[in-house]
Amino acid sequence: MEHTADWELEVWGPDMPALIAEAARGMYGLMEVKTSEDSRCHRRLEFFADDREQLLVSFLGELLFLAEAESLAFDGFLLKVDGTSLVARLEGGSIMSRSKEIKAVTYHRLEISETERGLETSIIFDV
Amino acid sequence: MVQLSDLRRLGPYEWEIPASVRSDMRVPVRLFASSELLQAIGGDASLEQAVNAATLPGVVGEVLVMPDVHQGYGFPIGGVAATELPSGVISPGAIGYDINCGVRLLASRVKLAEAEGLMDELASALDAACPSGVGQGGRLRLDERELERACREGGEWARKDGFGTEFDVARTEEGGFLDGADFSKVSRRARDRGKPQMGTLGAGNHFIEVEVVDEVLDPEAARVMGLQEGCLTVMIHCGSRGFGHQICTDYVKSFQKAVQRYGIRLPDRELVCAPLDSPEGHAYEGAMRCAANYAFANRQVLAHLAREAFAKTLRGRAPNVHLHQVYDIAHNMGKTEEHTIDGKRRRVCVHRKGATRAFGPGFEGLPPEYRPIGQPVLVPGSMGTASWVLVGTEKSMERSLGSCCHGAGRTMSRRKAKRSINGGELRRELEDRGIKVRAGSMPGLAEEAPAAYKDVDAVVDAVAGAGIARKVARLRPVAVVKG
Repeated sequence: MEHTADWELEVWGPDMPALIAEAARGMYGLMEVKTSEDSRCHRRLEFFADDREQLLVSFLGELLFLAEAESLAFDGFLLKVDGTSLVARLEGGSIMSRSKEIKAVTYHRLEISETERGLETSIIFDV
Repeated sequence: MVQLSDLRRLGPYEWEIPASVRSDMRVPVRLFASSELLQAIGGDASLEQAVNAATLPGVVGEVLVMPDVHQGYGFPIGGVAATELPSGVISPGAIGYDINCGVRLLASRVKLAEAEGLMDELASALDAACPSGVGQGGRLRLDERELERACREGGEWARKDGFGTEFDVARTEEGGFLDGADFSKVSRRARDRGKPQMGTLGAGNHFIEVEVVDEVLDPEAARVMGLQEGCLTVMIHCGSRGFGHQICTDYVKSFQKAVQRYGIRLPDRELVCAPLDSPEGHAYEGAMRCAANYAFANRQVLAHLAREAFAKTLRGRAPNVHLHQVYDIAHNMGKTEEHTIDGKRRRVCVHRKGATRAFGPGFEGLPPEYRPIGQPVLVPGSMGTASWVLVGTEKSMERSLGSCCHGAGRTMSRRKAKRSINGGELRRELEDRGIKVRAGSMPGLAEEAPAAYKDVDAVVDAVAGAGIARKVARLRPVAVVKG
């Protein structure tokens, strides 16, 4: 979606795990990430948040950190959401290339709402 | 929704949104712009975001908006807000993720005419010497101890390690470091991101440009700064890299709880804040100052690398190849300053996001040679267009909390720019105009196309017209290196 300086991503899914996975795929898409198919890696991550929006921001923020600090990106998401906690089992690989930098996932106007498409939100990234 | 019709005209370049426009505003908003720029500003959510900023607890005076303002996330890019110590708040989102993103200008006595045929070579040499690009690490790999020293000492750390001179450090805002940096408040994640990125440019709108002094408008100030018409300069625009991004991310997260604890109600979660005099406020301030010092050190290292590349390319082929520092300023920062607000001297935390400090003549914190003329203000234009050197004025102290604009300001979204502008064609167009380009990616180049920005000359006319800065010199680019 159009945003003067930054990027706004609209995502939806039938439930929280689907919404979170879609948001992650969308974020990697914006970063134009390409990963290696050779050496696959697995991670298990846990998140506890005050609300669903914070859960989403925390998860995406961790993926940004792993992309930069360990050069890892994921395409397999097994996510279990219980209220406002999340257990994520991730499969991915080393980043071969990424052409865009995202500085951060913001809370700006962030709200997860229930619509006929399931859960829907739009996320603004600082780039 | 805030409308342009809510604005009251105070002068040819000054407007006000009265505090009565929305019931949760604590102070008015003061905007510096011409009528023409105002139309562009009204086209996005900048004014709404400025009004949101006017709701921060402890905000005093006015929220200020510069003519290069554009919509950000929470706080507008090009906004300034002062909160009073000790009860006012500090808001990481009102400073930005790229803490102490800023600009440094180096100047030489090399005439463009003497080096014109060498610009291609110089662009390549700068590109090779200064690591740039997404997630790119540098040649320095700091260990924990060195990172802590860089965070505590800023530009001075870089100088002691051989990257630059005392003269560089003295001609840096705040002498290149903020006191009160507290490394213990920086997370493990931020440290891990900071260690490999010292001395790197990054991507996005960050750049190194070779520019020629095209026109001098204030000969005396230009003389003091060592700016000579027709001579080459080097401008560096970058910040605290992943280190600062992570610190801001960490504190925007932890402040979500702080606002609940202190019963602070806000119109946007990205504006989360904590009282300046609270454990949370002190922790963020300590960590933010680490990132600020990291950025000063980063630009110092890059300046040194650029200086080496400049000298190596031009030595023996042009005289006087030394690059001296004109100044280095921050445009994403929270600073403790004293200002006269509503007739009273107050200690405030000035949040400047996409806005620079612009102190007038006589300020003691300036290098002695700059005290009579005022603080240099560096305003990079969009790629391929002019940049400006200005100075702060007495009026900037009265009307804008000693603040000024930071650039041209976006007007077109990155997506639209990428869709409507071809990076390869843009590069050819710039090269046809005699501007050598080195870019990490062509789509990235398209996003930063001049057409995506406001006219920097119009922005500078507005701040000069409002009297919050005075024009010293106009610079024209001849080579651009982008991440």
